[in-house]
Amino acid sequence: MEFITFEFLVKTAIILLVFVITLGIAAYSTLAERKISAFLQDRIGPNRAGPFGLLQPLADAGKMFFKEEFIPETSSKFLFILGPSLAMLTAMMASAVIPFGDTLQFGDTVINIQPVEANIGILYIFGVVSLGVYGVMIGGWASNNKFSLLGAIRAASQNISYELAMGFSIIAILMMTGSLSLGDIASQQKGSFFGISWLPSGTNWNIFYQPLGFILFCTCSFAECNRTPFDLPECESELVGGYHTEYSSMKLGLYLFSEYVNMFVAGLVMSTLYFGGYNYPGVDFVAANFGQNIATFLGIGVLLGKALAFIFFFMWIRWTLPRFRYDQLMNLGWKSMIPLAILNVVFTGGFIMLKEMFFS
Amino acid sequence: MKQYFPSDYLPLLVQFSAAAAFVVVTMIATHLLGPKRNSKVKDAAWECGIEAKGDARTPISIKYFLTAILFVLFDIEVIFMYPWAVNFKELFREMGSVIFVEMLLFMALLLAGFYYVIKKGVLKWE
Repeated sequence: MEFITFEFLVKTAIILLVFVITLGIAAYSTLAERKISAFLQDRIGPNRAGPFGLLQPLADAGKMFFKEEFIPETSSKFLFILGPSLAMLTAMMASAVIPFGDTLQFGDTVINIQPVEANIGILYIFGVVSLGVYGVMIGGWASNNKFSLLGAIRAASQNISYELAMGFSIIAILMMTGSLSLGDIASQQKGSFFGISWLPSGTNWNIFYQPLGFILFCTCSFAECNRTPFDLPECESELVGGYHTEYSSMKLGLYLFSEYVNMFVAGLVMSTLYFGGYNYPGVDFVAANFGQNIATFLGIGVLLGKALAFIFFFMWIRWTLPRFRYDQLMNLGWKSMIPLAILNVVFTGGFIMLKEMFFS
Repeated sequence: MKQYFPSDYLPLLVQFSAAAAFVVVTMIATHLLGPKRNSKVKDAAWECGIEAKGDARTPISIKYFLTAILFVLFDIEVIFMYPWAVNFKELFREMGSVIFVEMLLFMALLLAGFYYVIKKGVLKWE
């Protein structure tokens, strides 16, 4: 058992902590969604369970557990159960390579707050997230219901189309950073704004270099999470419940819950890739005056704050924009996003070459 | 340069076990806790309240399959670009702009195929 080292135990503790935080944030995102939708539509929203409705997620989960579990007679039983399990499993695996903070130092031990320091972090996230489509596809097909099948097929072709655009949009940022490791990408954004030395540190975010790349990536994240305006897989006006028409009890709960977990992960990835990750303006100043550990803890809070801001953005869009039609969705994905992403790669390459030739 | 060992990825197993345990416990709990009152009508597939007609496993539009095949093709081409993108700065310092021109050629080929696919009407949704 030599692999059970101190470092392994620390990483395990971090993983379990991240796990609990993810579940908590996803649970309260459901409440936040209802509160925000209520706010945007001038309603009150849930306010009966606990003060300000704060116990609503618990009540919802309890209700889901005690609902009748229902499996259609004509469905494939095993796949019917596998679908939501897979959706939830893949959603919860993705947060493993996110750098949640800089290093903590206690005496001689240095702890890096990244559950797995993978050098291929981005590829890992892409791999796990793209497995998520299997959960939807299997669940929809296994239900043996026409609405579910249509929803599942729509979900599959939408997800793969936008995954392609997502893969293209990230190439430009890889050219800039020269690394596939999310830890490296986050720590590279620690410098000052455009490298101007008198500006506060921790503001050299990739968004200032890659605005188009960010817009493409963000749009694709919406599509990957099946969020409005790309929520055609569960478009209730024509497909009843989409791929989860036949689902009930906590099986339905896992599908809905995995969407919120995916949103949180998408928020974390977008913050890390484009918005400086755990860096914030004046990070060096805090580290110098109050110690590295304080700066790191503040960084963790800042990263979570950025992710929550993205979740709010997701919800804001949901209650603002109407849904696309299917051909519009596919045209946007294939005929606009992919050429734009390629253009972005070419321009980024040109700029990097100019910079290398004249400014180094 | 940091060296990576297989043991560095062990925490992934922990994450997987935690996620799997959560899913399994949830599934078993919801199976045991909920009531079960089955009936023949209730167990039928839902189809707007009328009796379900036939099976849902019917042939579906070829467009979806074409989209899937195109995805596989283009995704492989994207993956070819990743190693190039990661090493772009270093390669440029070593070899100059030829590395950029080569990738432009690759992208031109890719876009030519893309143009052909669009002209063929594969992405035309009625």
